[in-house]
Formats: sequence, C-alpha cells, structure tokens
Amino acid sequence: MTDLYEAPTQRHFLEVDDLRVHFNTDDGVVKSVDGLSFKLERGKTLGIVGESGSGKSVSSMALMGLQRYAKAKMSGEIWLDGEELLSADDEHVRSLRGKKMAMIFQDPLSAMHPFYTVGAQIIEAYRIHHKVTKAVARKHAIEMLDRVGIPQPNSRVDDYPHQFSGGMRQRAMIAMALSCDPELLIADEPTTALDVTVQAQILDLIKDLQQEFGSAVIIITHDLGVVAELADDILVMYAGRAVERGTAEDLFQSPEHPYTWGLLGSMPRFDKPPTDRLLPIKGTPPSLIKVPPGCPFNPRCDFQERVGSACMVERPDLEDNGVGHSVACDTPTTERQEIWTQELSPRLS
Amino acid sequence: MLFIVSIAVFLIFFLLPRIGGATADDLASRYVGKTADAAQIHLMAEKLGFTDPLYVQYGRFLAGIFAGADYSTGPTTVHCPAPCLGYSFITQNPVLPDLLDRFPVTLSLAIGGAIVWLSFGVSAGVVSALRKGSLFDRTAMGIALAGVSLPIFFTGLLALNIFSYNLGWFPAGGSYTNFTDNPALWAYDLVLPWVTLAFLNAAAYARLTRAGMLETMGEDFIRTARAKGLPERTVVVRHGLRAALTPITTIFGLDIGILLGSSILTEHTYSLNGLGAYALQAITSNDLPKVLGVTILAATFVIVANLVVDILYVVIDPRVRI
Repeated sequence: MTDLYEAPTQRHFLEVDDLRVHFNTDDGVVKSVDGLSFKLERGKTLGIVGESGSGKSVSSMALMGLQRYAKAKMSGEIWLDGEELLSADDEHVRSLRGKKMAMIFQDPLSAMHPFYTVGAQIIEAYRIHHKVTKAVARKHAIEMLDRVGIPQPNSRVDDYPHQFSGGMRQRAMIAMALSCDPELLIADEPTTALDVTVQAQILDLIKDLQQEFGSAVIIITHDLGVVAELADDILVMYAGRAVERGTAEDLFQSPEHPYTWGLLGSMPRFDKPPTDRLLPIKGTPPSLIKVPPGCPFNPRCDFQERVGSACMVERPDLEDNGVGHSVACDTPTTERQEIWTQELSPRLS
Repeated sequence: MLFIVSIAVFLIFFLLPRIGGATADDLASRYVGKTADAAQIHLMAEKLGFTDPLYVQYGRFLAGIFAGADYSTGPTTVHCPAPCLGYSFITQNPVLPDLLDRFPVTLSLAIGGAIVWLSFGVSAGVVSALRKGSLFDRTAMGIALAGVSLPIFFTGLLALNIFSYNLGWFPAGGSYTNFTDNPALWAYDLVLPWVTLAFLNAAAYARLTRAGMLETMGEDFIRTARAKGLPERTVVVRHGLRAALTPITTIFGLDIGILLGSSILTEHTYSLNGLGAYALQAITSNDLPKVLGVTILAATFVIVANLVVDILYVVIDPRVRI
C-alpha cells in the first residue's frame, strides 16, 4: 500500500541522468553525448566547458528537444521541473520550448531570420505562448528591447537584424529568448562571435537578467574566462561525458582532472610575462566514432603512467569526493591533489 | 532598355535582310502582287521608304510607335494610330489591334498555367526537401525529370488523346471561351493546356524549391525558430520557404515574361488563337511587320517582368536596396 501513496521523490529543477545522443552515419555511430549527468537548481548558473566536439552543444540541443529534428538516437532521462522530457511527445516539448526553456545561440546574425524585423521575431516568439493581439505583443517587444539595453527601442524594433551591430543583435536575441520569462535559459557560446568589450557587457546583462528573472542558466563555452565570471558550478566535458564537476571556486582553486589542468594551462594570462609559454594540451580531441578504450583522455594525458594500466581498460566514472566535487580519473584523489598543488599550480600562478 | 530593344529589333528586321543580299526591291516585292513588274516594284520600294538611308527608316519606325504612321496601299491611305507596330499588307490590317485581339488568350494560358505550376511545383519541392530520400522525393523528382525532358507537343498531344478523345473529360483542342463571357467554361476549356504547360515548368520549380529548401532548412535561423516553440508547419512555411523564395521569384518573372510574349508550342498543340499562333502564322507567310510586332511586344513583356522582379526583390529581401 505504501507504494501507491509514496511521496514523490524530490527532484532538482533540472536533472539530466545518463543522457546519450548518438548519430548513425555512414562511417559508424557518432557518440556525441555518451552518459552525461548533472543537476541544476533555479537561480543557479551552470557552466559547461569543453573543446569543440566534446558534446556541449549537442547536449544543450537535446535538452531543448531540438535533436528530435536531427534523427538522433537518444536515451537517458531529462527531468525539468518534475517532468521527464525525453519520453514526452513532440507537441508537448514544443509547447515548453520558448516558454519554459529558451536558448541563445552563438552567432546572432545567422540565428535571426534576415527577412523579418527584430521586432517581428520577438513578437512571434511572444505570441506563440501568449494569446494577445499584435499591438500588445509589440509593446512587450519594445519593453524587452529596452530591458536588454537597446537605445531607442521604439524605432529600433522595426529594424532588420542586418541593421544591428553584433552586440545589439545578441542583445536582441536575449530579449527574444527572455520574452516569455523562461525558467531555464541555455546560452550556447553567447559571446564567441563578439568583441571582447561587448562580451563583458553581454555577460553582465545575462547575469543581471538572471537575478531579475530568477531563472536557471546553463552557459556553454570553451572560454574559461566566461564561466569564471558567471557560473556557480562548472562541468567539464570531454568526449561526450563529464570528466569533472564542482563549484566554480573548487574548479579554479583545486582542479583535479588532468584535462581541466590542460584547459587552465592553455589560458592566456595578463599577469604573466608574454615570454612565458602556454601549457597546451597535446594531441587532438578523439574521434567520437572510435572513442579510445578506457579513459578517452588517456592518449593525451601527461600523467597516465602514474596511474598504471587502470585507465587504459575501463572508462572511469565520476566520483564524488564528498564535498560536491566529482572527478572521473583513476588516479587516487590524494595523488591528484598533490600533482596540482606541488607541480602545476606553481607553474600557473 | 526599351530603346535598346527597338534598335535591336529594327536592325534584325531592316538591316539583316540587306546584309543577306536582299535589295530594296526584293523587300518591296513582298508587298505587291505576283504579277507586278520590276518598275512597279521599284515604285513600291520608294513609296515604302526602303530606298531611304537606314537612320531615316529607323526614325520613321520609332515615329510610328510614338506618333502613328500612314501607309498608302495604292489608291487609299491607311492611318495606323500610335503606338503603331507596323501594317500588314497581306491582311491589310495594322498589327497592334490584331495583337491586342489575341492577347487575352495568351494571357489566360500564361496566368492559369503559372498558378498551376507554381502551386504544384513549389509544394512538391517543399515536401521533397523535408522528406529527402523518401519514396515521395524520388517519385516527385523522377516525374520532374520527365517533365523538363518531354516536349509540349508530346505531352500535350498525349493529354489530348487520353483526356479528351478517349475519356471525354475535357474539350478537344481549339475550344476557348472568353473569361468575361463565362469564367467557369473559360477555366474548363483551358484545363488541359494549363496542365500541359505546368507539367513542363512545375518540374523546374520543384527542383529549384527542393534545392532552396534543403539549404535554408539547415540554417541557424530555422533552429532559432524551432527553439521559440513554433509549430513545425510555421517553421517550414514562414521561415524556411520564405527564405528560399528569392530564386523562385527570379525564374518566375522570366518565365512569365517569355510566356506572355507567346507560347507557340502550347497554342499550336491546342489550336488556341493567341499570340503564339499569330507569330507562327506570320512567320510561315513571311509577313515581316507582324513578326516584328510580336517580337517587340514579347521583348517588352520580358523587360517589364524583369523590372517587376527587381522591385519585388526589395519586398522579399529587406537587405536589397534599389
């Protein structure tokens, strides 16, 4: 009897569990995302970091249900506010898209339709989910443009995307994404196509708006500087899976995965003389069709011989070290911490 | 543009025969009876102005278009009011009224055909693109290939044979009712010519639309449209097709322009008395003024259609400025 009336398990606002997105191609199965899990609360920001082809964008598209159009094979679970999305029907996911969850894309010029005015595109986004007249929606669009800091929104609302500058276009994209007050906002490389000065403005804007709207934000980037600025938690992805996950502070202060070390070492720094060489990661990301056996990072790992053969055989799972910091590496925790504090940290700071 | 056309047409019809070795008298001989002797022919040549220098003839030709012209046919003088495209001495008629008389037939054929091929071609192209590689796609593209490859006098006669003579669903060739007299009968009479004409053109539009849609549906703004939560139908039509429209408009403008000038094959196959039939008859009877008239009219349509397309670009694509 107790089974029937069991209280629903308390789920996190967003819970991704063992998400896999595979594509069948002529060359074989591309395992773009292969067992990704994470959780996110309302009002928090998660940064997903990784190289090109690590599966960051594919997993965010899967969250939005946009992989449904790409003939992908998906498995796992995506729980958003108590609802499982992977098994939900297309129409239901569509009704959530734009309203409950919204997305900002990398290149705001190609992401906006060139033949419609910026206003028309925001109005369209608003009217899908709200039964209002065009005039009301237009007023809302102007308000949103004003909110994201577009000057003279009353007249700019009738401009076409090509009449906006890059930064303004990204602001307009954000206005469009936020027009329906989404509870989850996914920003896929929101600043990659922008000037450095504009990047900072856009990041500030996202931060301010998140506080105002209280939404959960996932920010996807290959730029550690961006997540340092915005994220509460950081998830490092490699070959379709998380290799390290923890608070932003933990990840920058005491990173434990060799791949994260590599990312940090590749970051140019102002406070160091320009003669110092960066410490790049050797090699290239693995093919997602033939992922190396064991830990997919082992062919590029500088510390592999210290672990012995363990990571050549089986892919290590993410293991929590007890304080909310998880790492997928067969090297013992104490040794990892030692390597960081003794060998790497001094060279980087 | 129209000025260039007038020069080109003039040169073709007045200069080329000369280069080919025809004398003024040879030209004039077309306008007199078979029994005329050399002196009479020469007199006629002078009367018609064939002995004048070329620029004088061109001036007269232009003046005819803008101010009208007088043609004397022996004892009487006929006035051809502006815009005068010439006077046929064979039928003793100014050319333009004849053309205007036949234009409704050609217009009906072109407009109706265009509606049929646009709707079939574009929708087949869209569905093909969305279901790339499917049975529908392969069948539609196969039919499209047949469409562009088969000439109208083949498909037209085949359609007539099946649907008119054997099944009796549609009237035989040569039936035409004025739109103003009976719109329903007008459409009914023209169904077969429309479909025949559309079969040829729809194929090209289907392929063009398919290619355009395949390209636009992969664009980032399609992903944005889906991310907004738009229903897939709206994504395809308002965002996808809208962006693929530009090349279709271009080709459509050209096709309509050419078709309004004349569709000789279709009109001949279905015995419709339009501009095409008129041109064919003029050519076979060596009636140069008529051929010239049709040519100028056709060239004008092509130019006007192109102009309209250029203006439409601005409406379709806001990035284009005149």
